[in-house]
Amino acid sequence: MSPATRAETMVFAASREVEDGDSVFVGVGLPNLAVQLARRGHAPRARLLYESGVFGARPARLPISIGDPCLVTGAAQVLEMPAMFQYFLQGGRTDLGFLGAAQVDRFGNLNTTVVGPDYRRPRVRLPGAGGAPDIAWNARRTVVILRQDRRKFVSRLDFRTTVGWAEGGRSREALGAPGGGPTRVITDLGVYGFHPETREMILESVHAGVAIEEVRAAVGWDLRLAPEVRVTPAPEPEMLALLREEIDPKGIYLGRPSSGKALSGPSTSRS
Amino acid sequence: MADDARILTMREAVARFVRDGDTVALEGFTHLIPFAAGHEIIRQRRRDLTLVRLTPDLLMDQLVHAGTARRLVFGWLGNPGVGSLHAVRRAVERDVPAPLEIEEYSHFGLLCRYQAGASGLPFFPLRGFRGTDYPRVNPLVREVTCPFTGEVLDAVPALRPDVAVVHAQRADSEGNTQIWGLLGAQREVAFAARRVIVVVEEIVEEAVIRADPNRTQIPGAIVDAVVEAPGGAHPSFAQGFYDRDNAAYLAWDRITRDPAALDRYLEEWVYGLPDRGAYLERLGRDVVNRLRPAPRLASPVDYGDYR
Repeated sequence: MSPATRAETMVFAASREVEDGDSVFVGVGLPNLAVQLARRGHAPRARLLYESGVFGARPARLPISIGDPCLVTGAAQVLEMPAMFQYFLQGGRTDLGFLGAAQVDRFGNLNTTVVGPDYRRPRVRLPGAGGAPDIAWNARRTVVILRQDRRKFVSRLDFRTTVGWAEGGRSREALGAPGGGPTRVITDLGVYGFHPETREMILESVHAGVAIEEVRAAVGWDLRLAPEVRVTPAPEPEMLALLREEIDPKGIYLGRPSSGKALSGPSTSRS
Repeated sequence: MADDARILTMREAVARFVRDGDTVALEGFTHLIPFAAGHEIIRQRRRDLTLVRLTPDLLMDQLVHAGTARRLVFGWLGNPGVGSLHAVRRAVERDVPAPLEIEEYSHFGLLCRYQAGASGLPFFPLRGFRGTDYPRVNPLVREVTCPFTGEVLDAVPALRPDVAVVHAQRADSEGNTQIWGLLGAQREVAFAARRVIVVVEEIVEEAVIRADPNRTQIPGAIVDAVVEAPGGAHPSFAQGFYDRDNAAYLAWDRITRDPAALDRYLEEWVYGLPDRGAYLERLGRDVVNRLRPAPRLASPVDYGDYR
């Protein structure tokens, strides 16, 4: 079997953020692969929540959207959407949320609304908020997952759709956010955490074969590094086989290592 | 009033209850999207509408391109899992073919507007907008201070659409409407609206509804029209009836990028057809059969016979 691609390494790193028994808010695409992997591996009791109103989904096929009928059949509960947001998110019943983004800044704030300086006349109109602000505001932990380049890792967001650590320091707490804030940003180049006091993003590991200079070139600010930047652990062969053969057998999200073809990441396709 | 006075054809229901300039909510969260009703609104050339929907998708792209809309109220805009709605983007980014006003919330923000409208309250409190740019661009996202704790919360005003259109699996002739699978905001938007059109896969005997009252989401008392339109949510899905036609969502990406292709699509699938029956015929038996799931029945529940 060929070694893990960068995109596959990204999905594995994301899957390791799921703890057994977590109630996890899942988007489609890469987060969905990560959570399915976690459930088949180290976190069999993870509970999957979808903002479409599903709690405890057990999809028999790979869901194409967060409202796929396969999420309903066999689920533990289906709620009307206001109840999902009110009770599971605002009510504090969500452990972990995965989010994508078109832009992220050094404090883990996200933009999925517009590209360009003028909201009324955007250069690119993006999908907007969906459930992201509420997931980031309320979940105990938030993990951001996106493919990385310099246009996405920006020093200043064109629009703040979703609050991460706000302006850093204790500014998130000052806004009154009950949830725990972003804990990781995971890309196809590496894994980032946040400084416990300044709340600034810190590069913790790079994927195999990625140079730190390559990462710096894909970040629009002066990136801070952990004291020791490690190499992201490689996926176990049996988990890699599971991902390729059972979870995404057609390569819909990850492509095939040889072809490189895949749907776009979660930045444009959260719902 | 005759027992079945509310049963109308789609043409009658739209002609009677959807007017130029109305605020029209077309709900259904990925599930039960009222395509058949939206197509009839296009066919009857309604204009100047304020369209409301949590997740504007292909149907809104079509309604905007056809020139029905003046304003779009929404929470997430896109072709889920595929890409952009280019007709909406052309309108927002370049005023092509005409400008489109937008009024934007998170999903939860718009859900709270429905809930206030449905419950007769002037506004609804929530958390989640503080620290974002939404209050800056949407003057209807404001703050309210809790009179008990002093906490500053977000607030959004009640929304009472002139018309809500809701697709569902089944209803009786009174409009008592049952939904299973994803419930979206079907109940909330129906209670919030002044007029309600229910479109169903099948109209059933009253006894079928009354045998399972917990499954009723919308009571007949608030329903103005019941339209039977099997397959009316295609290319979205109706749980237990047909699957989402993912190939159609993928194909839309090519159509929406090209205004001429979108014109041809509307000519072929909307203006050129009288109703949903003709649409399904054009779609063909193979597609319809491919989308039909194998059955997976729930265990019956016992409500008890109390005399």
